Amino acid sequence: MADPLLSIDDLTVQFRTDRGWSTAVEKVSFDIADGESIGLVGESGSGKSVTALSILRLHARAVTRFPSGSIRYAGRDLLGANERDLRAIRGRDIAMVFQDPMSSLNPVLTICDQICEPLRLHQGLSSSDARRRAIELLDLVRISDAARRVDEYPHRLSGGMRQRVMIAMAIACRPRLLIADEPTTALDVTIQAQILELLRDLRAELGMAVLLISHDLGVIAEFAERVVVMYAGRIVEDAPVEVLFRTPRHPYTEGLMASAPPLEGGGERLYGIPGRIPDPDEVIAGCRFGPRCAYVEAICRAAPPELVSVDGAHRVRCAPRTRVSQN
Amino acid sequence: MTDLAAGAIAGTLAPRRRFALVNRLASHRSFQIGLTIVMILALAAIFAPLLTSLDPSSMKVRFRFKPPSSAFPFGTDNFGRDIFTRVLYGARVSLWIGFVVALLSGLFGATFGILAAQFRRLDPFVMRVMDALMSFPAILLALGVTAALGPRMESVMVALTVAYVPAGVRLVRASALVVRELDYVEAARIAGASNARIMLRHILPNSVSPLLVHVTFVFAYAILAEAALSFLGVGVPPPTASWGNIIAEGRDYATVAWWVMFFPGLGITLAALGLNLLGDGLRDVLDPRLKAQG
Repeated sequence: MADPLLSIDDLTVQFRTDRGWSTAVEKVSFDIADGESIGLVGESGSGKSVTALSILRLHARAVTRFPSGSIRYAGRDLLGANERDLRAIRGRDIAMVFQDPMSSLNPVLTICDQICEPLRLHQGLSSSDARRRAIELLDLVRISDAARRVDEYPHRLSGGMRQRVMIAMAIACRPRLLIADEPTTALDVTIQAQILELLRDLRAELGMAVLLISHDLGVIAEFAERVVVMYAGRIVEDAPVEVLFRTPRHPYTEGLMASAPPLEGGGERLYGIPGRIPDPDEVIAGCRFGPRCAYVEAICRAAPPELVSVDGAHRVRCAPRTRVSQN
Repeated sequence: MTDLAAGAIAGTLAPRRRFALVNRLASHRSFQIGLTIVMILALAAIFAPLLTSLDPSSMKVRFRFKPPSSAFPFGTDNFGRDIFTRVLYGARVSLWIGFVVALLSGLFGATFGILAAQFRRLDPFVMRVMDALMSFPAILLALGVTAALGPRMESVMVALTVAYVPAGVRLVRASALVVRELDYVEAARIAGASNARIMLRHILPNSVSPLLVHVTFVFAYAILAEAALSFLGVGVPPPTASWGNIIAEGRDYATVAWWVMFFPGLGITLAALGLNLLGDGLRDVLDPRLKAQG
């Protein structure tokens, strides 16, 4: 395989709190190949957004530190980059779409002003060229009557349309990596499906890699080629999507799947993983999922398990499960 | 967060409301009255030379202490100067001082407020300086500054600006701190926008509306404060007429010529009233929390 587009290696992210430095993400490593679509799954507080925001270095510098690890984009080191270099990458090479389209557009600027922002910043387009391009982009994200919509203010648009505008902004400079942080969570179900389809089509058309962050396994299953599951700041499982859904190895992944509502049947009470995700500062001996795991053994409490490659591209962080597979 | 909520916290000047805003202002009763009063005073000040043929400083001892009459609508003072003329020309000075102070304290307030919110390292320094300034009563601070700079119109402006900037800084900083955490600011950063661009295009327009209301009140306070300073003898020096120093000069003759103090006092009262009504109207319309009741 060629060099990955983005390579996150041994990334640890800590935030300053009143009680010292608290670890939000620990030793996360994964690669994103050019054009690949990756799903990053986990519940709230698992560190998935923190990881994504670290790629663009969007955390406040004063309260964030990276004690270990590196993030390399096309061979360039992002963790060591200065603000000017980062600005050149943001929006041009790597773009991002957020969860809440209602608050991601500036209410005082027209759609045109906002879509043109990256175009004018990175490509130095004149305002008339940028405007023309903005209309093309609105067409591309399937907003009807783009030539008229482009001059409207965000309050005239519905949530789904705003999310389309956000996507148009994100793809304006044809980024090679699009990070979508829960892009469909704030939308209703029919719109969710449309937005996902749009993202899928755009990815094919523009040949960009997409990192989709979601807590919704259904969304991930539909969209991603590979899935990275995070729990309490660590990767617990990483596998191609069919492998993960057919043969999940980590008890947490199993639990997540069991707690997803089935499409048909239903009626029975949904399974829930007992307990709750630990605080970043909570001291847990061994496996951090141990206290909630139904299969916990002595070995789990003895030492934190390593992320072990079990079957080619399938990595799992579970001592008993990986031991079995190695035998 | 819905954008209504975002607006409610930050006091957004959203264009969604821009036209509605003008309509609402136009139909707001106290805004109408306030605007009318302020406009009349401003026009009277601007067209003062057309409204009176006299010179505000020309003395005619013959006509000392004439009560209001058809020849001298507001009477004359101890030097026989026409009070009507002096009040009109005094309006130029007093309103100009009020306007400049409102404008400057608004500009400085917005600048320092945004900078403090955006550059967190700067914040403690800026805010402690503002706290220090705020810990003095405004008029006392202004008194000190004019005493140091000497009695000139410019020093009154500087003094009052210094006195009224801190409140503006606090207001803008508070709403900018909310706005800077909103997703569209993050989105701009992700698009590769620089700090300056983010501050000017994204944070500033979304956090100035409380300041807008504030500066209309500063306008009124500044007129009052100018009068107070002039009355104390550290304001605009005679013979230039300002509402404050007409009153100051008339105070010795208050018992024999009430009109000398009355008419400039009326001017101050009307200006303060008009600006306060105007500010109330702006506040009602710009503050979404009061919208439901409006």
